[in-house]
Amino acid sequence: MRSDARAAFKDSASVGLGLVPLGLAFGLLVTQSGLDWWWATAFTTVIYAGSFEFLLIGLAVAVAPLATVALTAFLVNIRHVFYALSFPLDRVKGRAAKAYSTFALTDEAYALTAGGRARTWSGRRVLWLQLFMQLYWAGAATVGALLGSFLPGTVKGLDFALTALFAVLALDALRDRRGDLPTPLLALLAALAARVLFPGQMLLAAFLLFTAGLLARHLTGRGPRRA
Amino acid sequence: MPDTPYLVAAVVVSAAVTWALRALPFAALAPLRSSATVRYLSTRMPAGVMVILLVYCLRDLPLTEPDVLATLFALAVTIGLHLWRRDALLSILGGTAVHVLLANTLFA
Repeated sequence: MRSDARAAFKDSASVGLGLVPLGLAFGLLVTQSGLDWWWATAFTTVIYAGSFEFLLIGLAVAVAPLATVALTAFLVNIRHVFYALSFPLDRVKGRAAKAYSTFALTDEAYALTAGGRARTWSGRRVLWLQLFMQLYWAGAATVGALLGSFLPGTVKGLDFALTALFAVLALDALRDRRGDLPTPLLALLAALAARVLFPGQMLLAAFLLFTAGLLARHLTGRGPRRA
Repeated sequence: MPDTPYLVAAVVVSAAVTWALRALPFAALAPLRSSATVRYLSTRMPAGVMVILLVYCLRDLPLTEPDVLATLFALAVTIGLHLWRRDALLSILGGTAVHVLLANTLFA
């Protein structure tokens, strides 16, 4: 058991290098947005979905309707649905362990465990790895939030981290769908239309318009049929 | 500012939706795999959702004020860094650092 933990600790090092600075930035944003520092700990411990947590800061500060919060969580995290196809949950033994393992099935956890390198890892090693990664994220967020609450005033311009995060995620997602120009175009149009027509409920309206557009394209069969 | 009951509800709702998306597919793999519509949506949604979220982040950009230049320049740095090195952390921290720098100096 101890060797599983030690191996998992080593496996987690590379991802930890990315999670810690981002976690610090997240925590800093939480307190700079006016929320108490321990909300950074609560978000990262209870929700544990990096990019969505960044968004939730803004939604929460604006007291967005819970339906918007739920729909945003759904759409930002819908990509996780397909992680079940190759994540080695069958190796994780026990109800509680399986529950935690699915709860902590983040992009990073999936990326590390779905590769060929992980084929020989035991369920315990996978579980330890997930636990270490959440500790980095929640720990760094808490430290960042505490730092932020001691800073005098606010750091102007720090909120750009969220814009940069989604610019990067959009670029990566677009690269995965090279050649599929209608999808980002449809999304862009949905977002701009929602901004102009429903400025108070932009996110909700944009998601609904985009999903309706995609469905219409799928059902009329005009778009390319490849999945 | 949001009150504590609202924040607790927001966290619980978010956690429930996120965990459901991660856990339920293990129980419902077969129908998911065979649904052409689910497959169609799930392969196209991530790119579109990220584009929407990017526009959402820029929704209050002051188009007629010089401040807009700081954001656009930082965005160009972020995208440039990412096309060049493909290192998400470098792109995010680099772009943010440039924005903080500009917002506190040239555009203060």
